[in-house]
Amino acid sequence: MATPKTRASSFSRNVPSTAAPQMPGVKSGPNGTLFLSSGISDLDKILGGGFPLGSLVVVMEDPEAPHHMLLLRNFMSQGLVLNQPLLYASPAKDPRGFLGTLPSPVSSKDDKPLDRDSEQEKGLRIAWQYKKYFGENQPNSNGQRDNKFEFCNEFDLRKPLQRQFLSGQRVECMSTQDSPDLAALHDRCATFLKQFFRTDGNISGAGRIAIQSFCAPQCTYFDKEWHVLSFIRSLRSMIRSSNAVVILSFPPSLLSPSFSKRLQHMADTLLSVRAIPDEDKDLAKLLTGYQDMIGLLSVHKVARINTQVPIILEAATFSIKLQKRKFLVLECLNQAPVDGSSGTSYATSGSCSVSSKGGSLDF
Amino acid sequence: MDNLLDRALGLDGRGDRWPLLGKVVLVEDCVETGGAFVVHHIIKRFLSPQPAAASNHSLILVAFSQPLSHYDRVLRKLGCNLVAQRDHDRFLFFDMLNLRFPDRDDVKTGSSVLVSLFEKIYNAVRALSAEKNCITIVIDDIALMEVVANGSSDSVLDFLHYCRTLTSEFDCSVVALNHGDIYSTTEKPMLMLNLEYLSNILVRAEPLATGSAVDVHGQLMVFNKGEHDGQGTPGSKVHNFHFRVKENSVDFFYPGGRG
Repeated sequence: MATPKTRASSFSRNVPSTAAPQMPGVKSGPNGTLFLSSGISDLDKILGGGFPLGSLVVVMEDPEAPHHMLLLRNFMSQGLVLNQPLLYASPAKDPRGFLGTLPSPVSSKDDKPLDRDSEQEKGLRIAWQYKKYFGENQPNSNGQRDNKFEFCNEFDLRKPLQRQFLSGQRVECMSTQDSPDLAALHDRCATFLKQFFRTDGNISGAGRIAIQSFCAPQCTYFDKEWHVLSFIRSLRSMIRSSNAVVILSFPPSLLSPSFSKRLQHMADTLLSVRAIPDEDKDLAKLLTGYQDMIGLLSVHKVARINTQVPIILEAATFSIKLQKRKFLVLECLNQAPVDGSSGTSYATSGSCSVSSKGGSLDF
Repeated sequence: MDNLLDRALGLDGRGDRWPLLGKVVLVEDCVETGGAFVVHHIIKRFLSPQPAAASNHSLILVAFSQPLSHYDRVLRKLGCNLVAQRDHDRFLFFDMLNLRFPDRDDVKTGSSVLVSLFEKIYNAVRALSAEKNCITIVIDDIALMEVVANGSSDSVLDFLHYCRTLTSEFDCSVVALNHGDIYSTTEKPMLMLNLEYLSNILVRAEPLATGSAVDVHGQLMVFNKGEHDGQGTPGSKVHNFHFRVKENSVDFFYPGGRG
């Protein structure tokens, strides 16, 4: 029914209909979007805030390394710590076993990785005096640190998540191995997402769904490509009208290229993880800190909800490192200082911009 | 205010008549470089035409990809109020997001969805054209339509052929978005070849050969099959230029001509 409008122009003042959410774990973003943290503060920064509510995050796995589990674990832990219900599906016979590997958040008493900012400042005082010109994050004060933990925690990968966070109501698990098709998983997701249906009023809660190794070969539905795509399409539609985030990992190397591309297009945020070969002398010469890297993370697409402007990153590939052997950090790749005497390094060093037809390493 | 894309599409004329009447425009993109902004631009030009006399423009948006709230916010920033247009019956939104997840691999259910969708579009077009309206049908996007049809590219092609008949029967335009890189590994991508043959104007968004950059988001190739040159001889023309997408507009410029 058309109600008579008295607006003179096609412009209307952008008055937000919802108040800024006061609830922990949800942050306001531009264009009326709300963010959930990925559980990795570096990744939140790279993505411009976190994962937007209502978006689908797809992680492309590397069959040679389980690094996608790192992303999934931090994502799941972050949600549980902030009292956000979680639905977890995996091809394992008993998915609940995976919950024992979720990392625990550090308490304020433990040493935190933010110490690294002050360490760097001592050593490179001359260089870092120019930091103020970049307008980047200044070292956080204690007050800011506490506020940050309302949204994103630092996780200690060596300590398992306390039992209190894994209580029955908050976590649902489902195995996808024996189901003949995806109808059961679809219904489970639909029921789960009903509790987070988005209305114009204030947001009451946010939820997370983590689906691991989707389309792994041991699943019966593995070769039913159109059925799988239909499921993702439907899931994507459901999530659009929910205050929740779905993260889904799948192995692109085990699927047909066109099917993989279709999945990539359906993703709002698209990431991929890659293994780093051990003892690769060429890589060791090319990159600084090579020994500390456990893998590479690439950001292919960043969610663009309510806007048409793409996010172009200065660098799209990051190294995954374990700081102090317990904190997950992402760092830009830095080329090692070029050995001027050899003269051949210019030919072998990678290009500085991200190339779409890039070789094994995109800086 | 004309730009390179308007000139390539033929939208820079001074006439009252919408230049894309009776034409099919196909926009192709890839994962690295999205092409939705081209569709947004055409929607905006169509619903907010320069001469105010052309107030009989009606747009039907068949959305498989995003909800109305997304298009509303994006177009608002471009200067076009979709909700107000909808209240004046100038904008019809066909929400295809909430289609039922099929229980079985049923090709028949998929094609029946497209058949009923076409019926809906046909009835809407017939009703609108009775009031002498100029109509554009926008489809976002074809790859998701294939998923809805359970992979039956024949059904999708039939649907698009029927939409094409609307362009001659009712003098409307059809604008469709598709993801070209999905078909790049197929040996004989019948659907894509047919689509490219079917369309009068092909717009392809690609990343730059040198990689991504903050100032230049990609390059556009516009192939206008029916474009006439100055002397009036029929022919076709290919346009190539770069673009940068902003919230309120898109900048188009020749390579190296940033500014």
